[in-house]
Order: sequence, then C-alpha cells, then structure tokens
Amino acid sequence: MVTSKYMPLDGANAVSQAMRQINPNVVAAYPITPQTAVVQNFSEYVADGIVDTEFVPVESEHAAMSACIGASAAGARVMTATAANGLALMWEMLYIAAGMRLPIVLTVVNRALSSPLNIHCDHSDSMGARDAGWLHFYAETGQEAYDNTIKAIKIAEHADVLLPVMSCQDGFITGHGVERVGLLPDEAVKEFVGGYDPKYALLDTDHPVTMGAWDFTDYYFEHKRQQSEVLNSCLPIVEAVSKEYEQLSGRDQAILDCYGMDDADVAIVVLSSQAGTTRSVVRELRAKGVKAGVVKPRLFRPFPATQLVDAIKNCKAVAVMDRAISFGAMGGCGPLFLDLTSALFNLGVQLPVVNYIYGLGGRDTMPSDIASAFADLQEIAATGTRGELVRYLGLRD
Amino acid sequence: MAEKQAPRLDLPWRDARPGGVVVETGNSETYITGTWRTMRPVRDMDQCTQCLICWIMCPDSAITVEDGKVAAFDYAHCKGCGICAEQCPVNIKQPHSVTGNLGKVIQMVPEGDE
Repeated sequence: MVTSKYMPLDGANAVSQAMRQINPNVVAAYPITPQTAVVQNFSEYVADGIVDTEFVPVESEHAAMSACIGASAAGARVMTATAANGLALMWEMLYIAAGMRLPIVLTVVNRALSSPLNIHCDHSDSMGARDAGWLHFYAETGQEAYDNTIKAIKIAEHADVLLPVMSCQDGFITGHGVERVGLLPDEAVKEFVGGYDPKYALLDTDHPVTMGAWDFTDYYFEHKRQQSEVLNSCLPIVEAVSKEYEQLSGRDQAILDCYGMDDADVAIVVLSSQAGTTRSVVRELRAKGVKAGVVKPRLFRPFPATQLVDAIKNCKAVAVMDRAISFGAMGGCGPLFLDLTSALFNLGVQLPVVNYIYGLGGRDTMPSDIASAFADLQEIAATGTRGELVRYLGLRD
Repeated sequence: MAEKQAPRLDLPWRDARPGGVVVETGNSETYITGTWRTMRPVRDMDQCTQCLICWIMCPDSAITVEDGKVAAFDYAHCKGCGICAEQCPVNIKQPHSVTGNLGKVIQMVPEGDE
C-alpha cells in the first residue's frame, strides 16, 4: 500500500488530477457544465507542460468522441470528459467506440438532459447511454471518481476487455463540491496503469490493418454477439483490477458497497452521492433498532446482477432509487429498478421491491426523504402489501 | 498485383476478429460489387482523348490504366454510378461505337441490354 497525499479538491479537479497522473496520449474534449472544470484544469497541465498529452480542442462533443476514436484506433491512450447534452451529442460515436473495441475512458459529470433546460445533477445522460456497450462506473464521492478514473484505464485496456469505460460522478454535488481527496503518488499511478500496448494500431505501418470497415450481413451479428459476451463476462476482470487498486490505495473498491446488509430487513439500492445520505439515515435507524441497509453498486454496466440479488435476497422489502426515468417503461420506473427487478425475477427471488424516482434536475433529496422511504419499506415488510410500484421523493404533490 | 484472398465468411462468433479489424489489407478487392450495377458505362475507345478524368473521378477504382492510358472498365467492381459518364468532357463527333448515339465518349447503357 502506498500513502495518499490528501488535498482539498472538488470532484472535477480530482478527476483532472487522475488524468494528469495517467498522462494520456490524447485528450479531445469540448466544454459543458458541470464537466468543464475537468478539462479546463487538465488543459492547464497541457499548457504548462506537466503532461505530454496532445490536447485537441474540438468544435463539439460529436467531434470530441470522433477524435478520440481516431486517436485510439491510431494506438493512443485516450481520455475525454462530458456531461448531459454533450454526451447526447456523442451518441452515435459512443456505439462506434464500443463496436470498434477501443479502450477510451470518458469521465461524465452527470447532469440532467434538456428540455426544460437544467444544468444540475441527475443520471438521465449516462443512463440513456446504458445500452451503448460501455462499462459504467458511478462514484459516490470525488475520491471515488478519482479512483474509478484510474481503474477505468486498466480495465478498458485489459487484453480480454478492450472496451470503453464511462466513469460517472454527480454534477455539482460531488463535481463542484470540495472534499478531502487522497491522491496516490504520481509514480504509483504510472506504474498501476502501465504502458498501453495496443494489439492493433493504425500508426503501426509495419502491420497495416483496416478498422471500422464495412461489416455486412455475414459478420455484424457475430461481432455484436462477441461484444456482448465480452461486456457480460468482464466482471471478474473488473473485480481483479479493483482488488489490485484496493491493495495499492487502501480504499475499498468492491463492486457493491454494502452497509448494514448482513441482517437488513429493509434496504435501499442507490447509485452515486445519494448513497452517502442514505448511509447516514441507515446509521440513525440502526441506532433505533431498525434493521436497515444500503447497497451502492459502483458499477452499473456490466450489471452485477448475481451480486446485487445475493445482497438483497433476504430482505423483507427493498427500494431502488433512480435519478432518471426510463420514459414509457412499466409505471414510468427508472433504469436501475428495471435491471434489478428483472435480475430478481430471473434468479428466482421474489420480494417486494418499489422504485423511488428522486433528485431529477438536481432536486435535493434530504435525510427526511430517505427516512420516509424506509418508513414505507417497514410498512411493506410488516403488511406484505407492496402498494404503489413507482414513487417520487422530494416531488411537490 | 498479388491475388487477394477473400475473407472467410463462415467463422463462428467466438472466432471473429474483435472489433471487425481487417488484417488482410486490400481484401475489399475480393468483394465483387459489380453485381449491384443496373447501368453499365461503355467507352468509344477510338474517340477517347485519354484525358484520364474518368480514372480520377471513379470512386471505386474501377477504371484500369495501363501504360498511362485507360484500358478497360473493371466490371467486377464498377457499381454503375455513372460519375465517369457525367464527368467525361469529350463530346464525340461520330456516333458512339457501342450505343450509336452522339454525346460523350463514356455513355451509360442498361445492364442486360446486349
């Protein structure tokens, strides 16, 4: 284990620091609130000669991801950052990056999608991209955003993965919130991520290849099946890299961050920063004798279905919190709820699960809101009656 | 040019090359696109001035050149887009050797109309 140096950093700057230590070959990015700070800080490292990175200030996010794809295909280690509508503008290229199996790392500072226009946090941007073939990390804190960014490089570039990774954190809440962030020594990060030795590179003119070529009815299906297999079977690699990083940093990197789950009767499953509020409420409830718990998946794609079901299967009632709506899905539920309930069904576990949509457009979700959700769960557990499937926290009714 | 080997079209999904990377460079030559054609370009070789504009403009490299002169259309790859006929700058004085019409050195005729 190495000793981290602690600094007061906002989450965006924590990611910039990770990028500085990773020292990627190419960063192509376009500014968008609340991500701007990430590449703004990083561009200063470029301007000051602190990193060797070729920084490409492009004209849009579509161009940013396009430039990243080109650079990655050329054989470079590539990173970028975006949020919200910027991510939406990358859409076409997200699928191309994954389909070409390019290990690009994208840090997302989650923000609501327009319209109406809103710059604050929710997960509708990255959740909309959940089927694009990327790995998705969600960070509770700036510290986790820093840690996930470093792990993401090693996972993406693993010879048995070669897929792009999206590393998300909550806009403003952690993105602009200053906290105590432990940075590994520069040398430790350099050694952890190692060098990038691409299997194929367009600039390797001694071994010329064609990438992104026409894939007709005779191979497209096979390539998609292969892509799906890799994403769905890379969880052990994610776990191994996380373990290695955990030993290096001394910070817990488990795929699921569980609190109070050993004997929980009622539990909440929630991503990112809201897990912190939930944990504090669980602590208060436990002091009053309520067997409450919280599960925070650090990874959403590939979906850790078995692990999540194992974590909650002995509960009497569970709430899944979603900071995004899958519009038109059953009851207007959210994506995490959809995935988790289908995992429960397919693994043969039956228990009452409700969905809470919360925090859209940056709406605060207070400890009292979480406490009310736990009160609902206790009632469901006591009566065995599930009641309303999709509920809303912090919405004016 | 060496004979290119066509990619295998029967590999199971586990054996397909990740990301669809093509390591056998130039094998698009083995992909016969001439069957897509509904219109065929024909040239009056006697009235052609050898300006090579058709060769420059052809998007499929389907006009073969030998010793600096256009030799033939590569009908295995020509998709019949008609760009060569459109771009041909030479208005012929005599009826076209293939179509019998006045117009350009390169003209388009329907496929199957022998």
